[in-house]
Amino acid sequence: MTQYLLAVHHASAGPDIPPEEWRQSFADVDAFNEKLTGAGAFVFAGGLLTDSATVVRQAGGDFVITDGPYTETKEHLGGFWVINAADLDAALEWAKLATAACRLPIEVSPFDEREADELLVELQDEQGRWRDAR
Amino acid sequence: MTVEAVFRREYGRCVATLIRFLGDIDAAEEAVQDAFTVAVARWPTDGQPPNPGAWIVTTARNRAIDRLRRESVRDERHAQAHHLYGAAAQAAEDDALAPEEETVPDDRLRLIFTCCHPALNQPAQVALTLRLLGGLETPEIARAFFVPESTMAQRIVRAKRKIRNTRLPYRVPAEAELPSRLQPVLAVVYLIFNEGYAATADSLIRLDLCAEGIRLARVLADLMPDEPEAQGLLALLLLLHSRSAARVSADGSLVRLAEQDRRLWDRGLIAEGQAIVRACVQRNHPGPYQIQAAVNAVHSVAPSFDKTDWHAILTLYDQLYALTPTPVVALNRAVALAEVHGPAAGLAAIDDLRSAGLDGYYLFHASRADLLRRLGRSTEAAAAYSAARALTANPVERAFLDTRRAALSPSDSAQE
Repeated sequence: MTQYLLAVHHASAGPDIPPEEWRQSFADVDAFNEKLTGAGAFVFAGGLLTDSATVVRQAGGDFVITDGPYTETKEHLGGFWVINAADLDAALEWAKLATAACRLPIEVSPFDEREADELLVELQDEQGRWRDAR
Repeated sequence: MTVEAVFRREYGRCVATLIRFLGDIDAAEEAVQDAFTVAVARWPTDGQPPNPGAWIVTTARNRAIDRLRRESVRDERHAQAHHLYGAAAQAAEDDALAPEEETVPDDRLRLIFTCCHPALNQPAQVALTLRLLGGLETPEIARAFFVPESTMAQRIVRAKRKIRNTRLPYRVPAEAELPSRLQPVLAVVYLIFNEGYAATADSLIRLDLCAEGIRLARVLADLMPDEPEAQGLLALLLLLHSRSAARVSADGSLVRLAEQDRRLWDRGLIAEGQAIVRACVQRNHPGPYQIQAAVNAVHSVAPSFDKTDWHAILTLYDQLYALTPTPVVALNRAVALAEVHGPAAGLAAIDDLRSAGLDGYYLFHASRADLLRRLGRSTEAAAAYSAARALTANPVERAFLDTRRAALSPSDSAQE
């Protein structure tokens, strides 16, 4: 069993669907959460209120606190699930149910389980120079 | 056969099995490469083993186990040992079933479906398939697709990394998922063949890709005898490939179907392709590749272009359009329509597609140009040939379009 993040992305206004369908999607998400829990796949989940977000960073010796989400884009992270699944295909099956329930695209990401030195090897080329991790 | 040639032929089968044993693609490839080093040293003196595939898998597996013992840190050794234990147990089971066969037929299917998983983008699917199943080296694949070697290498590295990071499972999809999972596999094999089929100056690489596409299609057809579309794809590729010798003239220029010397068509490939098409028709589970194969079967029985049964072809395109109503299919149908009802009718059908998003597709403009030419509308034909030429990077296609454009009646194109 491995953990995957199922992230819900949407534009600030939410999906472009009629109110009845919006209401239905809440019910569908509840049902989805029950299914996840019943299968032992549910780890954690929640919706996010990113218009009420605050950014904290360090600049020089000081901490800077700013109002608003980190990115200026119209799209933001509306919520997420952390699930347990045997492999990617299993995670994708859950993601299909999730996207049907919330009427929004779902991004499925694995977690980085590499050890620090394994990571460093990947980030450097044969000459030990840093390279683009992407 | 040289050691290299044997390994190249066995690569896909062996890597597929070793991935099952070792649970990792890089480890499997390294293991096979290790085995190659041993083979190069031993086979010249010991002779080639009677079952090279089995020898490679056994040698590779043993070398991988040795390597893990030497290189492992304690924790890693425990994790690997657990996996290898599971794998060794599986291997023992396999041996009990078929002691002389080291490879299980499903292994290559597992590998094809993994390489063509929808979580990977198509260029990555193509690169992985050619590398792992085809045994092609990265530089060869890069050349075939006109990208720098480093780009292709990165593409393959990223794809393998994604497979590893996401725990993309190594399996043949379940019955229920097969139809949707089969589509990208067929598309990749067709793409590989098609890349080779579009003739260019670098003809050696191209024929290799055609051969590779057909080889993969055969593997698929053999391993999935109940999948009519896999049979259809093989038939299509065989029938297309049967025309290869006639498609390119001595000076490397493209010869259109209408002008091809049909005595140069490979009758053996045609017979094989037609037999598969007949079997598909009997089975009556039509699909896009089967229908396209049938279209080419109709072409292959015609003694000349003029004697082609265009009505049959038009009917087939009607059927294809009903299944897959895409603009490209509509375009091909319009070309057949022109042969049955004349160029004006064909042009009308093509012009209906103006807003269908084909503006960036060179065959759309080339087909228009051809029909305009046949209707004597030279100025418009010239413009269409130019539009087509701008949309293809293929030098042989360009040369063909230039020739057609230059041959237009000068009086109408004087305004150019």
